[in-house]
Amino acid sequence: MGHYVLRRVLQMIPVFFGATLLIFLMVYSLPGDPIAAMFGDKAADPAQVASLRHQYYLDQPLWKQYLHYMNNIFHLDFGTSFTGRPVSEIMADAFPVTIRLALVAFFFEIFIGLPLGLIAGLYRGSIADTLVLVLTLIVISIPVFVLGYIAQTIFAINLGWVTATVQDSTDITQLILPGLVLASLSLAYVARLTRTSIGENLRADYMRTAVAKGLPRQTVIGRHLLRNSLIPVVTFLGTDLGALMGGAIVTEGIFNIAGVGNVLYKAINQKEGPTVVGIVTVLVLVYLVASLVVDLLYAVLDPRIRYA
Amino acid sequence: MPDMIEKSAPAGEDAIPAQRGGAVAEAKAEKPRSLGLDAWHDLRKRPVFIISAVLIVVLVLFAIAPGLFTSVDPRAGDLSKHYLSKPNYLHLFQADWFGYDGQGRSIYARMIYGARASMVVGICVTAGVTIVGGLLGMAAGYYGGWVDTIISRFTDMAFGIPLLLGALVILNAFQVRTVWSVVFALVVLGWTQMTRVMRGSVITVKQSDYVTAAKALGAGTGRIMFKHILPNAIAPVIVVATIALGGYIAAEATLSFLGIGLQDPTISWGIDINSAQKVIRQAPFVLFFPAGMLSVTVLAFIMLGDAVRDALDPKLR
Repeated sequence: MGHYVLRRVLQMIPVFFGATLLIFLMVYSLPGDPIAAMFGDKAADPAQVASLRHQYYLDQPLWKQYLHYMNNIFHLDFGTSFTGRPVSEIMADAFPVTIRLALVAFFFEIFIGLPLGLIAGLYRGSIADTLVLVLTLIVISIPVFVLGYIAQTIFAINLGWVTATVQDSTDITQLILPGLVLASLSLAYVARLTRTSIGENLRADYMRTAVAKGLPRQTVIGRHLLRNSLIPVVTFLGTDLGALMGGAIVTEGIFNIAGVGNVLYKAINQKEGPTVVGIVTVLVLVYLVASLVVDLLYAVLDPRIRYA
Repeated sequence: MPDMIEKSAPAGEDAIPAQRGGAVAEAKAEKPRSLGLDAWHDLRKRPVFIISAVLIVVLVLFAIAPGLFTSVDPRAGDLSKHYLSKPNYLHLFQADWFGYDGQGRSIYARMIYGARASMVVGICVTAGVTIVGGLLGMAAGYYGGWVDTIISRFTDMAFGIPLLLGALVILNAFQVRTVWSVVFALVVLGWTQMTRVMRGSVITVKQSDYVTAAKALGAGTGRIMFKHILPNAIAPVIVVATIALGGYIAAEATLSFLGIGLQDPTISWGIDINSAQKVIRQAPFVLFFPAGMLSVTVLAFIMLGDAVRDALDPKLR
C-alpha cells in the first residue's frame, strides 16, 4: 500500500507540471496584449509599458515566464492579476463560495440519487424503475443551462419560492436551487450507476447464500447487497466532488454566484492570464488529489483489491 | 453446417429455384454471426433504437436540406412581428408556427436551420477524437513499455484540463469563430477519453490466443493491429463515441450560449437560447423551442448509445 501511494504521488508530479504547462502556454500565447489593454483608449507611455511588462515578467521568453511562475507557486505566491489584486486574494474570495455550492450539490447527489437508484435496482421492471430510468434520461439530455433557466423561471419568478439569483452565498436556502441544478446531471448518473450495480450484484452467489441462510431481508440488502454495490458509486462520487470544486461556469453564471467558475469565466474573457493560470493550477491539484483518494478508497472498500 | 442445408431443403432438385434460394438464405442466417451482425439483429428489435434512429435521420435531413422543411429565411428579421405577437400553433410549418424571436425571426425556421451546426460539430468532433484517440490508444496498448508510458502520461496531463474551461481558453484565441474552430477546440480537448478506452480494450484483446496464433504465423504488426486486434477491440470505443456525440452537441450549445462558441451569422440553438434569456419573462416560448430541440437531439444520441451498448456488450445478454 505504502509503495503504491508513493508511486502514485511520484507519477502525479510530471502530470501536474505538464497540465499547468499546457494551460500556461494556452493562456499566454493568446493574441492580444493585456498591458496595452490596461491603458484603454489612451496612448500608452512606452516607458510605463516597459516597466509594467517587466513587473509582470512579460518581457521574458515564455519558458522563463513559466519557470518563474512555478518557482513562485512553490513559495505560495500566485502572482498579481492585471488589475493589481493578488490572485491568492481572488481565490480566497471565490473558493469558499464554490465549496459551499459543491457541498449542497453533493448532498443532493447522495440523498436523492442513491435512493432512486436503490429503488429502481431492487424492483427492476416495475413502474418505479421505468419512471427512474425515463426521468434520469430526460435530465441527462437537457443541457444544464436550459435546466437552470427553466428552474429559475418556475421556482423563482413564477412561484416566488426562492430568490432568482444568489445574493448571499452563506445563506444555504439561497443555494438550494442552484445546488439542485448543478447536481442534476451527476444525480442522474448516480441513480443509474446504483441501479446497474445493484442489478449485477443481485445475481451474485453471495446473495443467494445470504438468502438461503435465512437472513432477514434488511440484513441481506444492507450488509451484503449495498456494501458491494456501492463501490463503483462511491468512486464516482469521489471524482465528482473533485469536479464540483472546479466550480460550474454555467450554473454560477445563471444564478450570479461569485464562485470559481464565474471568476474564471470573466478572467478568460478579459485575458487575465495570472488569474486563469492560478485557479487552473489549483484545480489540477484538486483533480489529482481527488483521483488518488478515489483509487485508495477503492482498496479500502473492496478488500479483494490489493495494491502491491 | 452442411447437413443443415440438406435438412432445410429436403426436396432437392424438385424444388423451384426461388424456394431453394430462400432455404439457402435461411441456412446462411444459421451460421455464427459476427459481433457486429449479431448486434445489428439485436438492435433492430429494440424500440429505443428505432425511436432514436428515426429522430437522428430526421435531424440529419434538417441538417442536409433545411429548405425541404421551411421556405422561410431564418436570418430575415421583421421587427414589426417580434416576440410579442404570440405563436400561432395551428399554422403548421408556417413561419409563425412557433412565433418570432426578439428580432422578429421565425423560431420554426431557426429550429430547422440550427440542426446543421449541431450535427456537423457532433459528428466531426466524434470522428476526430475517435481517430486521434483510437490510434494513440492502440499504439499505447499494443506496444506497451515506454510508448505506453509516454502516451499515458501525456493523456493524464491533458485529461487534467476540464473540457469547458480549456475550450473557453482555446476559442478565445480565435477572432472569428466558425464551426471548424469549435470542432478544433473540442477535438484537442476530447481525445483523452477515447485513448483511455481504446488502450484498455487493446490490452485485453492483445492477450487472446488468436493474436498469438497470428504472430506465430508470421503476420506483420500492421496486419495484427488492424485485422485482428482492431475489430475485436472497437466495440467499447463505438459505445463511448455514440454517447459522447450527444455530449459534444451539448458542449457546442453551451459554448455558443456562453458567447464563446459559434457567432451570429451561423445559426445555433445555443446562440438562440442565449438571446432568449432577455425575453424569458414575456415570452418563454422563445427559449422553449430551441431548448427543446437541443434536448431532443442530445436525447436521441444518448438513447442510441444506450441501445448500442446493450447490443454490443455480451455481458448483458
